Amino acid sequence: MKNIITSSIAMFVILFGFTSCNNSSKSGSKSGALASNIAEKVYVAPGEYDSHYAFLSGGYSGNVTVYGLPSGRMFKEIPVFSQFPTSGYGYSEETKPMLNTSHGFIPWGDAHHPDISQSKGELDGRWVFINENNTPRIARISLTTFETEEIIEVPNSAGNHSSSFVTENTEYVVAGTRFSVPIPQRDMPIKDYKGNFQGALSFISVAPETGNMDIKFQVLMPGFNYDLSHPGRGKSHGWFFFTTYNTEEASTLLEVNASQNDKDFIAAINWKKIEEYVNNGGGKMMPANYAHNVYDEHTHTATSTMKKEVRVVNPIEVPGAVYFIPTPKSPHGCDVDPSGEYIVGNGKLSANLTVHSFTKMLDAIENKKFAGEAYGIPILNFEDVLAGVVEQPGLGPLHTEFDGKGNAYTTFFISSEVVKWKLGTWEVIDRKPTYYSVGHLTIPGGNSGKPQGKYMFAMNKITKDRYLPTGPEMEHSAQLYDISGDKMELLLDFPTHGEPHYAAAMEASIIKEQSQKIYKLADNKHPYAAKSDADTKVVREGKDVHIYLTTIRSHFSPDNIEGVKVGDKVFFHVTNLEQDFDVPHGFAVIGQNNSELLVMPGQTKTSVWEPKQVGVWPFYCTDFCSALHQEMQGYIRVSAADSDTSIKWSLGEDIE
Amino acid sequence: MKTTLKLMTVLFVTLLLSCGGKEEKKKESISYGKKEAPVKVEAPKETGVPASKRIDLTSKGVGPIKSVTLGAEVDQKMVAHGADVYKKMCTACHRADKKFIGPAPTGILERRTPEWVMNMILNPEQMVKEDPLAKELLMEFNGSPMANQGLTEEDARAVLEYFRTLK
Repeated sequence: MKNIITSSIAMFVILFGFTSCNNSSKSGSKSGALASNIAEKVYVAPGEYDSHYAFLSGGYSGNVTVYGLPSGRMFKEIPVFSQFPTSGYGYSEETKPMLNTSHGFIPWGDAHHPDISQSKGELDGRWVFINENNTPRIARISLTTFETEEIIEVPNSAGNHSSSFVTENTEYVVAGTRFSVPIPQRDMPIKDYKGNFQGALSFISVAPETGNMDIKFQVLMPGFNYDLSHPGRGKSHGWFFFTTYNTEEASTLLEVNASQNDKDFIAAINWKKIEEYVNNGGGKMMPANYAHNVYDEHTHTATSTMKKEVRVVNPIEVPGAVYFIPTPKSPHGCDVDPSGEYIVGNGKLSANLTVHSFTKMLDAIENKKFAGEAYGIPILNFEDVLAGVVEQPGLGPLHTEFDGKGNAYTTFFISSEVVKWKLGTWEVIDRKPTYYSVGHLTIPGGNSGKPQGKYMFAMNKITKDRYLPTGPEMEHSAQLYDISGDKMELLLDFPTHGEPHYAAAMEASIIKEQSQKIYKLADNKHPYAAKSDADTKVVREGKDVHIYLTTIRSHFSPDNIEGVKVGDKVFFHVTNLEQDFDVPHGFAVIGQNNSELLVMPGQTKTSVWEPKQVGVWPFYCTDFCSALHQEMQGYIRVSAADSDTSIKWSLGEDIE
Repeated sequence: MKTTLKLMTVLFVTLLLSCGGKEEKKKESISYGKKEAPVKVEAPKETGVPASKRIDLTSKGVGPIKSVTLGAEVDQKMVAHGADVYKKMCTACHRADKKFIGPAPTGILERRTPEWVMNMILNPEQMVKEDPLAKELLMEFNGSPMANQGLTEEDARAVLEYFRTLK
């Protein structure tokens, strides 16, 4: 009997042990099993697709990179503000006009804040806009071709930083100036900055069908630094909010001199009111000089037009259009929650986060409760507009995004972390370290009324020891977090290119479906296209020689060319006759002083070649196009300047 | 008593074995007779005649085109359209009456079915992988692939009609 009891107890113990037999992976937060769980969350099997697109600014690379989430794989670099020898962007005759400005041809740019177009407050996946900080410009990238289609220069601006954010129906893409300058520009002592410089906030209209941009008006504001901005949405649609710093209007040692005031401002702009004013003839046209560059997908060619005037608006002439909301300590990020009620101002030098209420702001305006004015613009009382304060969440707050579930996520540069907090109660819910010194963060659908809050990624300024070392210079690093639960979970580190200040991201479904595969030859309206073999030819016009060249796997037509002379300017107009997905051909000729061309199916691109030496020189295809790629070559004979070799060309037979 | 213990031991062992579920029941599979030979892809016949000269008026090739009816009379309107498409999309590699990058289309309907021709135009990637003749042609023409020029079925049908006029 005793034995039975003993055995029974033993049995129980054993059984108990067995019930937990398969549950080990659920316990132990640092177990190996959990680690493999994280790997699964970012693993996209070979041949399968990521669930999200992310468009990362390339910062000082001037370009945009396209990534997949959650894998962190880079798919493409889209050239925008910088020359790109990989495809010939900014080197080919067709794309050089894209980089034209009032300062002449600028081969480089400093890209900052990409933003995806919206309809009714949701991302519609049609275009990505991005600003160039250094020589102020805004670009529009098509998300069917993934190419830059348009760049507009912003006059009266300098340090185009509080840009390029779109309103909820993409009525406007907005560009604010970081540096105030004399408007119009003139020769004057720098010490006379205060009261004499101004800051232009530009509202660039976007045509609903084509996306074409046009500067509708510029609001000429006091000479502060306009740092970042975001549109109102939902109830606050029609307003735009800009953070300011250097309300001290210092022109030297800003590190100290622009940090004197206890509070700077968030400027609240009622753009609908100004739009109405402008539509009724308000504002005035002032002389200006700025480039508007448009790429045509059918001619495969960009044109640059210099515009000569711009409409400017003095804000005090539009009563009720502009107010200042005091915000502590040089606020940087200016972020509006999905409902449009809360405006978060992240005072870089403040220990707390300040959140303003749109409803309270309207109320204060209606009751004319003003604390004073600055250059004629009413200043609201800080306390009247304040919705709440997130107390001591971290050090050096920069930017805030939202998950659409009532939570906000703020980056802290100095304490290197992302802090999750709750809208309304202002309590901190979670914090996770970043590696290291995070700048912006992105939640897909971030700047919209409908965030797609499954992932968040932080873009870090400092990489140090996160990857195998690559000498003193390293790429920046991004970190992907799962934010679907209460706590954030770090999933992945991935390297980025240049300095991705900010990124725009969205679910892949819409973009994936509309992505174009080829350019139709039948739609090619390039003036120098050779759309079939019969169109290939070589034409001399004085010292210019135009070669109408075609490519198809795997030959050039023509591939023997004679009659070119030293001192000629030779235009290779290369048309790719392929009509199949992913069959580009490249073009390179010895001594090419610009770059190669990478020509997509159905496209025409032109490279100028100025031969300096007599001889017979090869050209070839740079893109491994077929098993006979190595056979894809040609010869061009260059004769002395005074020779009488006549223009001739052939394919498949000798030139006689 | 002893039996109880024995039973418990059995139960215990069973539990031990079942935990983890890695123990699979092994069944010896026994098969009789000859194993069926795997289906072999028919090797191209070594006839000595190049694929471009060989005549096969039965194979329809691989692709979307299952059946084409040629009218008794050549449709001239279709021919004009086909000649235009051919000039724009095909002449980079084909010359009407001589071998160029690819074979000459003259007389093609004396060697191939209309369906085969259209499938070669519309579905070249799969044809050179799966159709024995297309496969041989790829090698005969130095591995130069037939490019998919994205023709519609209507365009391809018109090109076929145009080929009827090449004799």
